[in-house]
Amino acid sequence: MSDVRKAKHGGLLTAVFSVVSLFYVMPIIIVLYNSFKKKIFISNRPFSLPDAKSFVGLENYISGIEKIELPKAFGYSLFITVCSVFVIILCTSMCAWYITRVKNKFTSGMYMLFAFSMIVPFQMVMFTLSKIADMLHLGNPVGIIIVYLGFGAGLAVFMFCGFVKSIPLEIEEAAMIDGCTPIQTYFKIVFPVMKPTAISVAILEAMWVWNDYLLPYLVLDIKKYKTIPIAIQYLKGGYGAIDMGAMMAMIVIAIIPIIIFYISCQKYIIEGVVAGAVKG
Amino acid sequence: MEKAIKRYFPIFALPTLAAFTIGFILPFLLGVYLSFCEFTTVTDSKFVGFKNYIRIWGDSTFTHSLWYTALFTIVSVLFINIIAFAVAMLLTKGIKGTNVFRTVFFMPNLIGGIILGYIWQLILNGLLANLERTLTYNSAYGFWGLVILMCWQQVGYMMIIYIAGIQNIPGDLIEAAKIDGANNRQLLRHVTLPMVMPSITICSFLTLTNSFKLFDQNLALTAGEPSNKSEMLALNIFNTFYGRNGWEGVGQAKAVIFFILVAVIAIVQLRATRDKEVQA
Repeated sequence: MSDVRKAKHGGLLTAVFSVVSLFYVMPIIIVLYNSFKKKIFISNRPFSLPDAKSFVGLENYISGIEKIELPKAFGYSLFITVCSVFVIILCTSMCAWYITRVKNKFTSGMYMLFAFSMIVPFQMVMFTLSKIADMLHLGNPVGIIIVYLGFGAGLAVFMFCGFVKSIPLEIEEAAMIDGCTPIQTYFKIVFPVMKPTAISVAILEAMWVWNDYLLPYLVLDIKKYKTIPIAIQYLKGGYGAIDMGAMMAMIVIAIIPIIIFYISCQKYIIEGVVAGAVKG
Repeated sequence: MEKAIKRYFPIFALPTLAAFTIGFILPFLLGVYLSFCEFTTVTDSKFVGFKNYIRIWGDSTFTHSLWYTALFTIVSVLFINIIAFAVAMLLTKGIKGTNVFRTVFFMPNLIGGIILGYIWQLILNGLLANLERTLTYNSAYGFWGLVILMCWQQVGYMMIIYIAGIQNIPGDLIEAAKIDGANNRQLLRHVTLPMVMPSITICSFLTLTNSFKLFDQNLALTAGEPSNKSEMLALNIFNTFYGRNGWEGVGQAKAVIFFILVAVIAIVQLRATRDKEVQA
């Protein structure tokens, strides 16, 4: 930070922001301590801390896990997110390199289609996509990876293309003259250079896949496979009757790992978001 | 070199292209076609021309959700961007704890829409209990509840992008303006704002499309209660598809209109703000 922009009232601003930050994390803290309270006290007095009368220990956690098997949902979410992001990064970066380096009508048409797909809302394709996925038997945690590759390709290809255009052609040509096949050239020269973009794409796609509700809800066989958002929504039951105790406990289990993950890699996440926004 | 790469089409481009066809191109084309059909599954469709599109306008829930969504989008875009920009200005003054505040404000972005919805349902119902009301008492409560939720979630993300934009302003530009006698207000109006215009383009694009396409948060917070009055477009389309027999075609026609609206809004917005961008 340059000295030009040093604040005059730095101390005061720090104090104000500290209070605001405290309010900002309040919702999560409230959910955390409510998860240890008896159901009735959660909806009646959500802001009061648990006391001798309302404290129930881990009862909400036990009943919540019995109801929706959250650890299993966690496993599915993790598997789907990690595999989808890996496949998206690998396939779309290769595809982006191909359509940038091979110039013809077909590849530029593809590029246009990928860019176009980014503004199409999911509701436009949700019904037909779920039927097609059903016909092709993609309604399982492995099959859905293909659906994510297809629907997530637009943004990823677009971002990788933006980066490939800035890589000087000479390096690749030199590698190929030295006898590298395109595959060797790609994995030894091009992909390592693309790493920062790959991290950006990975973060944006991971945030999307991990939190996505509607696509897995429609594509997966949800009797067998529930991801975390589906499991949480499932707690609501038929006619709006929510077991708030179980809900609070399951929310805590669902978000604690994310917050730990975020705090440990926040530098990459924030940089990835900025880079992604500037290129997108 | 181009020829050598071209032969590797099946390895580089085919996987992504195949998945993109399954996950996007086919569902999209089939979706457009089905919007002119009556059907319950993809295989029993019967062509009916514009009938579905005409039936939409007899459905008062659609027109209501259209206005509700439009109003929500305007309000949330303004709130999120103004707050995010103001916070970004204050956090680039080099005060103590900047990194901690940035980390805190960004955090809600990693929590999924469904979970966010239930967290805020607890908090807002707790607050409204003082008035002996709930979120679903009136669609205005659902509206402002969603605005608060969206601000909480998105301000951090947009703030990060604005901070990057503000830090990219060359220091000598600001110094030169100061030497020329510009006060803080003139500095903001004639230097900072024009220079962060690219960030404004991105942030308004993201908030506009996010708000307009909002689904998960809407579903979890109020699920459209009371009686579809707080239902946004995406949820309305979903309910038309999966909540009413014989309305699948109308649902698909609504989805096509929804897609056209999103595309038009995105293009108009990008044109409007891109025009105002300047070079240093």
